[in-house]
Amino acid sequence: MMGMLLVGIYVFVLAIFVGFEVINKVPSTLHTPLMSGANAISGITIVGALQAAATADVTMSNLLGAFAIALATINVVGGYLVTDRMLRMFGEKR
Amino acid sequence: MSAASTVVAVVYLLSACLFIVGLKQMARIRTARRGNFISAVAMALAVAGTLVEMGFVDYRWILGGVVVGSAVGALAAIRVPMTAMPEMVALLNGAGGAASALVGVAFFYTHVIEAGRAGTVAEVVGSASALTLFLSVLVGAVTASGSLVAFAKLSGRMKGAPILLPGRHALNVVLVVATIAMGIAFTWMAPGMGAALGLIWALFAASLILGVTLVIPIGGADMPVVVSLLNSYSGVAASMTGFVIGNNMLIIAGAMVGAAGLILTQIMCKAMNRSLASVILGGFGGEVSAEAGASEYQNVRSAGVEEAVMVLEAARNVVIVPGYGLAVAQAQHAVRELADLLARRGVHVAYAIHPVAGRMPGHMNVLLAEADVPYEQLWDMDRTNSEIRSTDVVLVLGANDVVNPAAQNTPNSPIYGMPIIEAHQARHVFVIKRSLASGYAGIKNDLFELPNTNMIFGDAKKVLQDLVAELKQL
Repeated sequence: MMGMLLVGIYVFVLAIFVGFEVINKVPSTLHTPLMSGANAISGITIVGALQAAATADVTMSNLLGAFAIALATINVVGGYLVTDRMLRMFGEKR
Repeated sequence: MSAASTVVAVVYLLSACLFIVGLKQMARIRTARRGNFISAVAMALAVAGTLVEMGFVDYRWILGGVVVGSAVGALAAIRVPMTAMPEMVALLNGAGGAASALVGVAFFYTHVIEAGRAGTVAEVVGSASALTLFLSVLVGAVTASGSLVAFAKLSGRMKGAPILLPGRHALNVVLVVATIAMGIAFTWMAPGMGAALGLIWALFAASLILGVTLVIPIGGADMPVVVSLLNSYSGVAASMTGFVIGNNMLIIAGAMVGAAGLILTQIMCKAMNRSLASVILGGFGGEVSAEAGASEYQNVRSAGVEEAVMVLEAARNVVIVPGYGLAVAQAQHAVRELADLLARRGVHVAYAIHPVAGRMPGHMNVLLAEADVPYEQLWDMDRTNSEIRSTDVVLVLGANDVVNPAAQNTPNSPIYGMPIIEAHQARHVFVIKRSLASGYAGIKNDLFELPNTNMIFGDAKKVLQDLVAELKQL
């Protein structure tokens, strides 16, 4: 168990560095779409939510899981669509 | 490792790589839209991989959640006006944070309560999962309630002014200490399931309260920074969820959002000349009372529409400086019409975009893009300032602090050192504004008193429409 945690921490720290490198020097024009685009990615928690609602029973875990799925899906679907709406306007006229 | 789980592991790896590529492409204008699409594909892959990993299960709860979430999310994304983008991002962010917190609690129910296993949570699920579960609930719930407060402030459902509770710093410290104590007790000390159950919900509630008390003392004008910071938190919360369920792909995606959010927050603070610490401590950036400082102005010249049109028409080049007031008046289309008319008369027109123009950084670019302003006409601050001395006319539209020369000339000014658009260097400046009220920094703008400045008082949209009408008659 501790081994897995350690691997997780390695992954976590390295991913933070990747995040810093990737976003550095982004033009200010893109700040708003980037914020909403990154926000959509944080809906990745849907992966955890799916696993929490995998039986047919009416249990607390399924209720919470379904609610979490709904919220995470709002985050994902809403986030990607609205970001695309913004970026489409940047691309259109030229 | 079975064949299926190997495939799933490869799918997760591919998904993580696509998230990185997508985010990278989103940071460049030319590739941004494709980057967003790649990131969406990565998300779809991650979901598909998870479903395969889970095998055949009962899908009714899952389907219910996905259908409701997709409908609400899609509807909101299609209908939200571009001016309301900051509050939209705040809401979406809150949803993500709440989802992470709920996943943590649901995991606890599945593996401890409903599994009916005895012992402390650490003994049942392992101390790593238990501890990160507590963290995902804490960070997720703070993100959720904090984002809701930010949404309320941005959308005007709540006063933008800072709400300063007596002893708020002490209160926050007490709440943080209490949540950590509860988290530790929940992980290692709760003797029975009942105690752990009580603790996790108490922790949830305390974290929600903490989110509120952290954000209410921060003024409305600083809200975009808060939203960006909360965006970073929601990534961290997702990452913690990854630790709980032992999924590296989730850890990667969450950590990247956490880092990206932090960088964006930093960039924003720099552009607003505020330190992150001073934003978080709060008490600044409330809406300043409308007429504050108005009486201090001397020798302000006001001009009429006719005069402005004569000067504009004779100019070779005009730079328009749009600000928050333009967004409020919904005058993006009116300003483009004016710019088009001037361009047809051979005037070179450009828009000078300060990094924090609009209601959040980059927001003004979105608003002007919506009004079909060609991208090439949008100049950033550096480009504008390098050409400002040879500019005939600067038209300031609802911007205030970002053109205040005090940022360069008055060392004891609160905005001293903030990068500005040097409108005062142009030959002629017209400022379209309702009154001499101050901007969010709450200070006088020296630009309004300069001999080359003329004020045109009125609503931005109305004045622009008058200018257009006058120009058409010539």
